[in-house]
Amino acid sequence: MMWKFLLPAGVFAILVGFFFVGLSRDPSQVPSPLIGKVAPTYSLPRVEDTTQKVSSSDFAGKQHMVNVWATWCVECRKEHSVLLEIAKKNVVPIVGLDWKDELTSAQIWLAQLGNPYLATAFDEKGRVAIDFGVYGAPETFLIDAEGKVRYKHIGSLTMDVWEHEFLPRIDGRIK
Amino acid sequence: MSVELGHFALILAFTLALVQAFFGLVGSYARQEHWMAAARSAVMGQFVFTLFSFGCLTDAFLRNDFSVLYVANNSNTELPVFYRFAAVWGAHEGSLLLWLLILTVWSFAVSVFNRSMTPFFTAKVLGILGLISAGFSLFIITTSNPFERLLPAALQGADLNPLLQDPALVAHPPMLYTGYVGLAVPFACAVAALLEGKLDAAWARWVRPWATVSWLFLTLGISLGSFWAYYELGWGGWWFWDPVENASFMPWLMCTALIHSLAVTEKRGLFKSWTVLLAIFGFSLSLLGTFLVRSGVLVSVHAFASDPSRGLFILAFLTICIGGALTLYGWRAQHLKSGAGFAVISRESFLLFNNVLLVVAAGLILLGTLYPLFVDALNLGKISVGPPYFSVVFLIPMLPLVLLLAIGMHAGWKQAKFNSLKRSLLIALVVAVIFAALLTLVVFKRFSLLCFIGLIAGGWVLLSSLIEPISRLRAGYSLSAGIVAMSLAHFGVGVFMLGVTTVSTYTIEKDTSLSDGQSADIAGYTFTLLNTESVSGPNYEAVQATVKVTQNGEEVTVLYPQKRIYRVRTSPMTEAGIDAHWQRDLFVALGDDLGNGVWSVRIQYKPLVRFIWLGTLIMALGGLIGVMDRRYRSKMVAKQTISQPIQVGP
Repeated sequence: MMWKFLLPAGVFAILVGFFFVGLSRDPSQVPSPLIGKVAPTYSLPRVEDTTQKVSSSDFAGKQHMVNVWATWCVECRKEHSVLLEIAKKNVVPIVGLDWKDELTSAQIWLAQLGNPYLATAFDEKGRVAIDFGVYGAPETFLIDAEGKVRYKHIGSLTMDVWEHEFLPRIDGRIK
Repeated sequence: MSVELGHFALILAFTLALVQAFFGLVGSYARQEHWMAAARSAVMGQFVFTLFSFGCLTDAFLRNDFSVLYVANNSNTELPVFYRFAAVWGAHEGSLLLWLLILTVWSFAVSVFNRSMTPFFTAKVLGILGLISAGFSLFIITTSNPFERLLPAALQGADLNPLLQDPALVAHPPMLYTGYVGLAVPFACAVAALLEGKLDAAWARWVRPWATVSWLFLTLGISLGSFWAYYELGWGGWWFWDPVENASFMPWLMCTALIHSLAVTEKRGLFKSWTVLLAIFGFSLSLLGTFLVRSGVLVSVHAFASDPSRGLFILAFLTICIGGALTLYGWRAQHLKSGAGFAVISRESFLLFNNVLLVVAAGLILLGTLYPLFVDALNLGKISVGPPYFSVVFLIPMLPLVLLLAIGMHAGWKQAKFNSLKRSLLIALVVAVIFAALLTLVVFKRFSLLCFIGLIAGGWVLLSSLIEPISRLRAGYSLSAGIVAMSLAHFGVGVFMLGVTTVSTYTIEKDTSLSDGQSADIAGYTFTLLNTESVSGPNYEAVQATVKVTQNGEEVTVLYPQKRIYRVRTSPMTEAGIDAHWQRDLFVALGDDLGNGVWSVRIQYKPLVRFIWLGTLIMALGGLIGVMDRRYRSKMVAKQTISQPIQVGP
């Protein structure tokens, strides 16, 4: 008689077990579909000098990072000093992707805050960012020598992220 | 400074919740009047301090105090003041504070409106509410503190999620939470009844209005959310079967079942253990909803907070609350003796069917919602269960439910005799069939069996709900609030059903691409894109299209759909252009800029779509009238005679 009434509690106990297992997994960590795939190609005007072009083919065979930023992005301003520091270490070149921005503000930004980028591509309409699946600025991609996306970081970079997520994934690093 | 005061007030509220729990429960067992009085004072104090704390957070938002992490993450100097206010509950921490505030309001209400119950029972209820409140405030303080400082302060805030920058979404969370949290009261009453081992008609009569008010708010909150999704998400759908929506819908189903079961318990002294179980399920599903949304065990378009440590806390809390209540149920429910029996065909058995079907529906939704979690936990990969499952599976219990409803509401208690009503019911059915046939064959000229059945069911419920009030009025009786409430709510179900069936079968939609001057035709309407221009709002830039709609060469309306880009979060948002009319909506949403002035455009013709929300509003109105019923407010409730089943002349 009493067991009938305990049934709901029993079912609930099983549910709790599943929830507990479920907690240790991260459903949002559906990895970026790009990881392990060849990075999108692009050819865009260069922010520093729009008569020149920045193309993905310029970096073929080289490991590099692609950092998506914009002058309207407050987080990017915070991230900028980290980028400068990473650039100083000279481990991998950083390519900038200036996203949906105004050219002059972007040029002033680089002149005033310093330029950590090997080159910065000007993605005025955001087309290339769409190919990269950019969700918001800043985002940073690590692309290997074969041109494949190896890692993607969403949000501003910190030295901590750099050391723990990027450095271990970089081949033949000097350290 | 006020931020620290708010934080401090929150901690005080937590300690007062502990006081409330201790003096309420222990005081009731020890039969100490003073202790129980202390619990009531603690309720009031907790309410005041939580309100103060909430006020401090609101103040921080209005002042753009970006030295508060939560404010910096969810506001911006460009955010209009109205939305800064709404931003208080725009993300995890603040919405939990709102949850807590609403719980203290409900507890306060319980501590005031309890004349018909014994002080010992009330003290137990307050004690249990105190435990829930203590758990929640501890959760906020330890894992989700909205008052956390950000030093050095941010220069600018990250802005409120653009999805939430909408008038409907300002009101949606408070409504929904009021409903969610309101279910804590029937839950606490059920647990208190299990503790006392006593559950009588007075108990059911007292619990009913609490359940009805929660139901009312849930109904409004869910429909508001669905209405928002309709015009804001840009594809004209009104329900997604998204885990977060399911999380709000399951408590609604349970609460609906609870309201009906309470009626039986009140009038006939039956279904006692069933009523208690439903009250526990209702609040459990509310908590589960909070857990699912907050812990990140499931992904959803709505999930804006997920953090495993929070998840673990909520899981522990869930286990204590629900597990505790269900174990108590297993131990004590057998002592809740039910009264006399009833015949197979009677109002009781119809209501029992209703309850079983509602619970089955909620169970199927729960299964679908949690299925991805089960699969993932068993290492079978990651999957998602979508509308194809839910739409089909939901119909299975719902169609019989609606058909039973048409008859069931006329069944008498104990043993139903339908002879007197057979004619009216049959006439209603015939009218519904004719109506369904006309609509499918003549108006829309396309027959679908499922739609035909759906229309008959909807039409029948709608007409059948009018039989009782009309025959009462004709016989010269006045209508009691209870009858009006029931008839209205069921009428609303009929209206809703008609809307849903028609929209899901006869919506015409077209995805096309248009440049200036080009047009597209659907359902006899011609949509012409006149031009697109840039407009700016306070914190967004938008492209606005001007779309003229004509029918047979005559202008019907001009629509202005927008595609907005919010400056800070840079996420694109769609503002659909909608021409609303009782019998159809014309819907235009802008898709992507395809270059050279060409835009992808989605146009839709949605017949009777307004009936969906009209139906839910009528249901809610029914609930409101039910709560107003004087019977529930009278001090002399216990002496009132139980109303007799109606006898209507031929």
